[in-house]
Amino acid sequence: MNQLVIENPGLLSLLTDQGRFGKAHLGLTTGGPMDPFAFNLANALVGNSSNATVIETTLGNLSLKAECDCIIAVTGAVSPVNIDGAGHALWQSHQVKRGQTIELGQPGQGLRNYLAVGGGFNVETEFGSTSTVLRESIGGLRGGKLQQGDKLAVGQSAESARCRALPESAIPDYGAMHPLRLITGYQYQDFTDTSRQRFFASEYKISPQADRMGYRLSGPAIPSGLNSMLSEGIALGAVQVPADGQPIVLLNDRQTIGGYPKLGSVLSLDCASLAQWGPGTRISFKPVSIELAHNLLHLHQARLTRLLRQLEREHD
Amino acid sequence: MMTPRIDIAGEGALIVYLGDQVSPKLAATISALLPQIKATLGDALVDLVPSYNSILVQYQPLKTDHFAVRFQLTQLLSQQLNQQSDSGNTRLVKLPVWYSEESGPDLTRLADNAGLSTDNVIELHQQSQYRVYAIGFAPGFAYLGEVDERIAAPRLATPRKKVPTGAVAIADRQTAVYPAPSPGGWNLIGLCPHPMFDKSAQSPMPVAVGDTVQFYAIDKDEFLRLGGKVEAFR
Repeated sequence: MNQLVIENPGLLSLLTDQGRFGKAHLGLTTGGPMDPFAFNLANALVGNSSNATVIETTLGNLSLKAECDCIIAVTGAVSPVNIDGAGHALWQSHQVKRGQTIELGQPGQGLRNYLAVGGGFNVETEFGSTSTVLRESIGGLRGGKLQQGDKLAVGQSAESARCRALPESAIPDYGAMHPLRLITGYQYQDFTDTSRQRFFASEYKISPQADRMGYRLSGPAIPSGLNSMLSEGIALGAVQVPADGQPIVLLNDRQTIGGYPKLGSVLSLDCASLAQWGPGTRISFKPVSIELAHNLLHLHQARLTRLLRQLEREHD
Repeated sequence: MMTPRIDIAGEGALIVYLGDQVSPKLAATISALLPQIKATLGDALVDLVPSYNSILVQYQPLKTDHFAVRFQLTQLLSQQLNQQSDSGNTRLVKLPVWYSEESGPDLTRLADNAGLSTDNVIELHQQSQYRVYAIGFAPGFAYLGEVDERIAAPRLATPRKKVPTGAVAIADRQTAVYPAPSPGGWNLIGLCPHPMFDKSAQSPMPVAVGDTVQFYAIDKDEFLRLGGKVEAFR
């Protein structure tokens, strides 16, 4: 069988594609990779299509046994990758022989890794996507996290396996801290001037309650002045402020609707940075206009397209 | 009705506020707008999240931009306001409920607090037609409103660890059927045997935002005959 078998799933390993879109009318959230850049590169390095299914691990400690020859790539957090005990580089693809063991250790910097296999993991879609959302018990295998003994079927690789590497200069630095860029919106105008100033002037600490649903922060309280509001749709990166004034950044597995006031939403590129930072990390916010946000997204996309083309050329 | 307002929600999202007060008319306006927004935005649309008084419009910022989307929405809204939205013309979905103390452990307490008999509570819950105002919290969880104010009841101070599939519940003036087991703080008054979220079905949910729901009472035998299962309440 063309498959990889989980020997140790680590703390949290999830099968994921780009995410589940267009299903909010059923109450289904998007899920998908917390660090889309690392996800995209993992697939590109093994020659997969952009929506192929990979494994996202949080805090590493994943090991798999290959029951077929295959090509793999690991991207994301700075974690050791070993194939039969021999160290291999991140952000590169590697040949794996049948019978070999792939081990991903604990990250030194960053939290999440993406492991892609040439051909992708063959997983049934649910509501158009393989992305696992634990809260909904949907996607992946059984709607749950990977477990010891799980057999992951490897899809047919579209091309002959060849190894390639991302240029060193393009590898993200997960240790580089920067303010999270926030597009103000939603109930921003309902917060007092003092609250808004305090929010942008203060440092917040990522609390231990930080997961794929959202990151709860601790720091100076930001009272909203709103007593009650009707539940409404929540965008990726929305910063909601419950009654205790402690902001929560809502991420991929957020509920589709909610009734707490929101200051606006963090730029998706910065949600990806945040998702690689762990509890205790100190962060701050800075406001950006929607125009700047769109420009940043276009620039990022242009850079990604260039990198992907470069990797393809390397293959030819 | 207030003038619609369009606010920024995120890098790829605008939120349209269509009113301040929850009403069946507003719900009808919102559900009438959904297909129009879909048709107008085409493949630049990522998803729509309708709720009580708003629609979150999520678009792909690499395919369009917020100026274009705002313009398209403004145009749609001005056309919509010239039309009289017909709040009577919605789908009516009838759902069976086995009301009892055995299937609804909060029924007696709710009745006592309201100064009513349990029969009164059951009757009042069936009398109204409810709007589906929003779907969220969990897959298939439909927020229905509004219940007669005599049977409105605050959430439990301590939520239950497990509310079973099919539990029919009241919180304030909202009512709902739990689509799957989950923790929950709503007051439980019965069980509905009809699945509210079946991921293997062609249409996974019996209701959509804007539909009307009415409940009707069945007994335990009928509940079991319709495929209902009795799980423990915790």
